[in-house]
Amino acid sequence: MTITPEIIKHHQLTQGEFDKIVSLLGRQPSYTELGVFSVMWSEHCSYKSSRIHLKKLPTTGKYVVQGPGENAGIIGIGDGWVVAFKIESHNHPSYIEPFQGAATGVGGILRDIFTMGARPIAVLDSLRFGPLTGSPVAERNARIVAGVVSGISHYGNCFGVPTVGGECIFEECYSGNPLVNVFALGVCRQEDVFFAKAKGIGNPVIYVGAKTGRDGIHGASMASAEFTEESKQKRPNVQVGDPFMEKLLLEACIEAMKTGAIVAIQDMGAAGLTSSSCEMGSRGEVGIEIDLDLVPQRETGMTAYEMLLSESQERMLIVAEKGREQELFDVFHKWGLDAVTIGSVTEGGNLRIQHKGVLEADIPNRALADEAPKYDRPHNVPPHRTAPLEAQEFAASTDLNADLMKLVSSADLCSKRWIWEQYDYQVRTNTLAGPGGDAAIVRVKETGQSIAMSLDGNGRYCFLDPREGAKLAVAESCRNLSTVGALPVAATNNLNFGNPERPEIMAQLVEAVEGIAEACAFFDAPITGGNVSLYNETLGEGIYPTPVLGVVGILKTEMPVSSSFRSVGADLVLVGGFGTTDGQRFGSSQYAKQVLGQLWGLPPALDMGYERRVHEAMREIASLHLAESAHDLSDGGIAVALAESSTPAIGAHVTLEGGLRAEFALFGEAPSRILVSTKQAEQILALLSRHEVQGGVIGVTIGERLQIKDEGKTLLIDVTTASLRNASEAALPALLHTQHAV
Amino acid sequence: MKVGVVVFPGSNCDHDAWYAINKNLNRSGQVASAEFIWHDARSVGQVDAVILPGGFSYGDYLRCGAIARFSPVMQAVQKFAADGGLVLGICNGFQILVEAGLLPGALIRNAGLKFICKDVGLETVTTASPFTSGLQKGQMLQLPIAHGEGQYIADERTLDQLNSEDRVAFRYTENPNGSMRDIAGILSAGRNVLGMMPHPERACDPLVGSTEGLGLFESMLGAFAK
Repeated sequence: MTITPEIIKHHQLTQGEFDKIVSLLGRQPSYTELGVFSVMWSEHCSYKSSRIHLKKLPTTGKYVVQGPGENAGIIGIGDGWVVAFKIESHNHPSYIEPFQGAATGVGGILRDIFTMGARPIAVLDSLRFGPLTGSPVAERNARIVAGVVSGISHYGNCFGVPTVGGECIFEECYSGNPLVNVFALGVCRQEDVFFAKAKGIGNPVIYVGAKTGRDGIHGASMASAEFTEESKQKRPNVQVGDPFMEKLLLEACIEAMKTGAIVAIQDMGAAGLTSSSCEMGSRGEVGIEIDLDLVPQRETGMTAYEMLLSESQERMLIVAEKGREQELFDVFHKWGLDAVTIGSVTEGGNLRIQHKGVLEADIPNRALADEAPKYDRPHNVPPHRTAPLEAQEFAASTDLNADLMKLVSSADLCSKRWIWEQYDYQVRTNTLAGPGGDAAIVRVKETGQSIAMSLDGNGRYCFLDPREGAKLAVAESCRNLSTVGALPVAATNNLNFGNPERPEIMAQLVEAVEGIAEACAFFDAPITGGNVSLYNETLGEGIYPTPVLGVVGILKTEMPVSSSFRSVGADLVLVGGFGTTDGQRFGSSQYAKQVLGQLWGLPPALDMGYERRVHEAMREIASLHLAESAHDLSDGGIAVALAESSTPAIGAHVTLEGGLRAEFALFGEAPSRILVSTKQAEQILALLSRHEVQGGVIGVTIGERLQIKDEGKTLLIDVTTASLRNASEAALPALLHTQHAV
Repeated sequence: MKVGVVVFPGSNCDHDAWYAINKNLNRSGQVASAEFIWHDARSVGQVDAVILPGGFSYGDYLRCGAIARFSPVMQAVQKFAADGGLVLGICNGFQILVEAGLLPGALIRNAGLKFICKDVGLETVTTASPFTSGLQKGQMLQLPIAHGEGQYIADERTLDQLNSEDRVAFRYTENPNGSMRDIAGILSAGRNVLGMMPHPERACDPLVGSTEGLGLFESMLGAFAK
């Protein structure tokens, strides 16, 4: 079949890219080869628009065992134990089919973790949806929320991994582009880590797990001549997940790894069979030969093209030691899984695919895995932004109590219980701190260490200033970990952006990556891997630039500090001091969004040196057990933080200083602040002064009310804590038109 | 007390039960140990009690536990129970016991049609069983639930019979899933089989919430100390 410019275009390759393929092969590619190149060189697999910028990220550090380039990053946590973790997006599939899109997103990242030998012990998810009110598509957005949440619930719960935390934000720009970013973390002994590097000429290549079908064949290959109308109709756009199969695959892989007969292993994710084989071959600088006739198939009449591009879920590719195949087959058969030898490791360095006696593809592994084009896409323009830069005037609020209620019952700030009660956040009995707090904590039973994790991103901040917004996301994630007493040691990131071929979007990406690089280096949280999701656009309107940071920290296993007040009569210390904001920076706040319905200006100002001192001070407070509760200040400022720390029985009486306008003082989002309740305020104040961190006693905890005064002793806020709690808990079920969970 | 924890391919609370027995229960100074029993075993071996743990036995895409009841190990568990052996089914284990006919009634989707994971209040209804003898009648417990299909249903006659024979072990104080008569756990006629939706094994360690589930396992220990 001749490759026409039409066919090249249908594969989303440019003429220049096609010419590069021809020059790498020294000949015209076959149709199947073109399909293989098109997926491996897709933005999703090759990172061609972002790669040169990702190089700017810090990737090494004293805890890092494995940085980017493998299926997941790995850090040491002491005593010979390591954790593997990564974040990955499944944005587009979750829009098309929310339940399966989100479910297979969970499945994909879990495989990335256990393919390294690590048993998954925690999942967190960062979600962005369109608004549930005031949008022409609010109903559809609500259906997407319900579908995504039940998909994550379905997959994670059945697999048996606790979903312990995350975040969920609503903006109009995500109506046509919801973001579903899933983070997973697993644990194992350092000597039990497996890599995806093929070795040993003649070693067998073994296929395990689910059978291959036509599902998920990449969009790049749609509408091409080789498919019949009939096969097109049968082909679903989104893969279908089977968490039970994944659970079997997990147990079987972990058991098979113990035999010592596995040389290399990689899951079949995007571009399935193709990516797993060429990437393992490329890393080991060897060839891989595969006979597709041997691949377990669940449909008849599949072409080589379809099998190579299928994204059927729950499959793994293994390179085993020759002669020890049976040991592996025995393990996989015990778990009821297919395991068959489909090829071998060869000399040379090519991926050679046989099908029905025909050599369908013969491509250097390196060409597929490492020689995809890298683009320095133009970005010499200011990042895209449509919001006014200067401060906007707004009238003084006539009812601050009502404003606070509006904030705590907004979709962004309300209790997300409706979501996380659908997740089994306790299975494996390691969850020291589950959803709803600043950071999630799971213990590692085999050691005295626990792992704290937090996912953070703020599209509004990044839209106004991608560089500063990205730094703020890193800072907040590290602050969240420090608030529970954990030392941040490494990070993963998910970069969600619009179309990189538009310079003003590319500029957002470059600015954000450089911001992350600077902040991660500063806070000693190197990036050990991650994911880039571009082209998040509908009808030319892109999402806010939304980098999501997942920072991982280490702490001693002990009863964690909670974010809720524990007793009446405790002193409230604001670690970091009141901070400041102004009319320009207030435009990025949740108050501006929820109460004023506007966005302007700049994100809060961040002083990273000061921020780090606040973290250090907070970790010392936690380790000395001086705090009864600790909660970081972020969206909604001190008023919302006080509301969140309040319980129906315990509130607070607080006096604000700093001479700011009431709205700024209550709801300004200056960083570097943590609210601590304590019976040992003097010790904390002494500690703060030693760390050169501001902070004073701003009030006390009291029964059943939240009262906030200004310096002139005017009561700005006076509400019952029960009303705050009710507003927060009732909001999301009401917005989703569902029953309040009984 | 030697406890066999059955492992179906989709069990995912098997290790939690194992850990609670081996690590948490032993702290109270008495001797208990747990071992795993693979789902195709034809015998439960030399154990004093069997736990059917939570999870998704064989995927449970059909009714929960509908396939598990036909597994080889369940034939062995049936015999073990018939001989008076203690069998505790937690969550998916409860569903399997009901499907296997070791307990009456059925477990269907939660009334709210959603999976629910939360701590719930329970009332201890009877102490006349090896699982609850160490508790006080009427004692309130906070235990976690984590299930999508935990709504207990049975015909009126069965429900009345459970009442009259004092076979309701636990009732929800705030019914989370629509279970008839707030039933959270029931006993067999011989009182040696207990099925319950809440997870006592998740509440055996203060670090992960509470130790309110320990009383149940300590009761089982006590039954063997006698």
